Amino acid sequence: MSTSQKITLAKGLNMGLRKAMEDDDKVLLMGEDVGKLGGVFRITDGLQKDFGEDRVIDSPLAESGIVGTAVGMALRGYRPVIEIQFDGFVYPAYDQIVCQVAKYTYRSQGKVKMPIVIRIPFGGGIGAVEHHSESPEAQFAHTPGLKVVACSNPVDGYWMIQQAIAHDDPVIFLEPKRQYHADKAELDESATPEPLFTSRVVRAGTDATVLAYGPTVKTALKCAEAAASEGRSLEVIDLRTLSPLDMAPVLESVRRTGRCVVTHEAHVNLGMGAELAARITEECFYSLEAPVLRVGAFDTPYPPSRIEEEYLPDLDRVLDAVDRTFAF
Amino acid sequence: MSEPASPRSDTFGPDLAEVFGPAQSDGGPDLVQLLTPEGERVHHPEFDHDFSAEELRGLYRDMVLTRRIDVEATALQRHGELGIWAQLLGQEAAQIGAGRALRPQDYVFPTYREHGVAYCKGVDPLRLLGLFRGVDQGGWDPHENNFGLYTIVIGAQTLHATGYAMGMQRDGVVGTGDPERDSAVIAHFGDGASSQGDVNEAFIFAASYNAPVVFFCQNNQWAISEPIERQTRIPLYQRALGFGFPGIRVDGNDVLATYAVTQAALQRAREGNGPSFVEAYTYRMGAHTTTDDPTRYRLNDELEHWKLKDPIERLKVYLRRNGLVDQQFFDDLDAEAKEMGHHLREGCKALPDPKPLDQFGYVFSEMTDEIAAQRDEFAAYLASFEGSHS
Repeated sequence: MSTSQKITLAKGLNMGLRKAMEDDDKVLLMGEDVGKLGGVFRITDGLQKDFGEDRVIDSPLAESGIVGTAVGMALRGYRPVIEIQFDGFVYPAYDQIVCQVAKYTYRSQGKVKMPIVIRIPFGGGIGAVEHHSESPEAQFAHTPGLKVVACSNPVDGYWMIQQAIAHDDPVIFLEPKRQYHADKAELDESATPEPLFTSRVVRAGTDATVLAYGPTVKTALKCAEAAASEGRSLEVIDLRTLSPLDMAPVLESVRRTGRCVVTHEAHVNLGMGAELAARITEECFYSLEAPVLRVGAFDTPYPPSRIEEEYLPDLDRVLDAVDRTFAF
Repeated sequence: MSEPASPRSDTFGPDLAEVFGPAQSDGGPDLVQLLTPEGERVHHPEFDHDFSAEELRGLYRDMVLTRRIDVEATALQRHGELGIWAQLLGQEAAQIGAGRALRPQDYVFPTYREHGVAYCKGVDPLRLLGLFRGVDQGGWDPHENNFGLYTIVIGAQTLHATGYAMGMQRDGVVGTGDPERDSAVIAHFGDGASSQGDVNEAFIFAASYNAPVVFFCQNNQWAISEPIERQTRIPLYQRALGFGFPGIRVDGNDVLATYAVTQAALQRAREGNGPSFVEAYTYRMGAHTTTDDPTRYRLNDELEHWKLKDPIERLKVYLRRNGLVDQQFFDDLDAEAKEMGHHLREGCKALPDPKPLDQFGYVFSEMTDEIAAQRDEFAAYLASFEGSHS
């Protein structure tokens, strides 16, 4: 009997959460509207019905309260998985995440573990109002004590959420909301996934390396397709893990290609691209034919949605950057 | 045009002075008290407890030793052995009353001033000094004594307490009727923290889920330099009703009343009847910390007034007047306090400094390759100086 089926990212996450809850009865879900409604994006659809209100908990509308009580649950031996409804709503919980979730293990000299997963739908492109389209990953990657990952596709969604829940450290789990109900992919539940904190070459190439994660992986793959038709071979790496970074496949690739473009929806200034450019420059200085270029959002707040496509990095802007790396 | 006759200029809603009564500086009529500042035993219709002579002597001993811990640590700071110390002088009854009401299975979420509660829970007071000396950030295992790590961000621990209590509910250790099993959480915080969003969110979560948590607020009248009037326009204990659970104001300088009220609140929680709020009305007789200078913001008269309500003196008077102690008791206790002082002085100076490479440990449950690489690089850098001074 084949275990394969075609699923969306939303379905992959939902199936992954269900599997994690079946595997370990200490796993609890909590968030706003995650119960009967199944979450505003339906990621937790049907889970409260099957696992009960004690394990799938509709919370009061208070993000600091959600994260702070999750800390207490983790101290009691539970593995809370909490949903922040939208990226821009995480800031009321910022203190609890940065000062408590991230620091408890260090403060206790390893006597206390914080196996908390904070799921955040992130990124834009859904025509939303303010605070619903942001990319706050660098703020968390900059915080010692947190691990930060971003899935980009349905299969990774299924595996990565389970791996994050099984992990003993706090994980900020970023989900590209634009992709939730977009493309389908074949999931083989009997497969063995790669480790969580690893990056992956998703398209091999020889002329330049494009680094992406979350929503920009799809953009990068389209770029590679377009570039190929013009005779240029781009290698695309889905970073998957933002903290810690998995630099080995990145460095190996850039040493071969000599050129690198990083793209993310977050602001360029002090973003993930800045860290990647610095590390690549330190490690691959003599292999580089051009400086590492970054393509991301401008250093402006997220704009009104009617012009968001002029704000987000798209195929043309990434290809333009690739062209510029060849001009050096 | 004639105005309607009204005693108030503001006719919107009820008259708050009528609802809450006039402002009280002495705790007001709702203050639960079992032992007056003069050492007179009084009774309360709802919260009372028969204390044996041994229990009374025990509570006195606990308060004296707690004060000794505080005095020694303050002196250690003055001698440069601690970077800072958060003093509890004057709050011994609030902490011992609350601490002794706990059962072993109950869990404490402290601020950074709960030295007396830590002592009650069996944490070696020496372990408290590491944080203030700068050799660690809380040197005890929270699960060993069910006493959480000191939390410095004001009020953050009240949410941890609530989440922990929600975990207890899921573990089936609430409302079973088994006194060995039924458990509760106590969340400590101060009057300043009552303004924090986290504290108010903790109230809401605890009420919503009927979590077994006692919110224990030591209202010591001052949040560093800000008086209680800056935090609230109504007595703090009366806020609880607005969140949907009872609030009680107890004389926090009366160890008997604090014990009785906290014990009742914890029992209520253990039985599955949900959260409650205890406002221990007390006074910070010392500074906020050893870096603070209260002479800049409060009058000495106020301190002198509260000295008359000293939590230790009133129990001493009661014990003596009723012939429950003899000179031997005081001599023995004095010797014990001296031994505690010696333990803290010698132990503090012997606390080892962490090594430079220790800072890389415990960021995560297992060291990541990234941090290991930074550690190794720093180790090599340090090693490059070896022998260079010869």
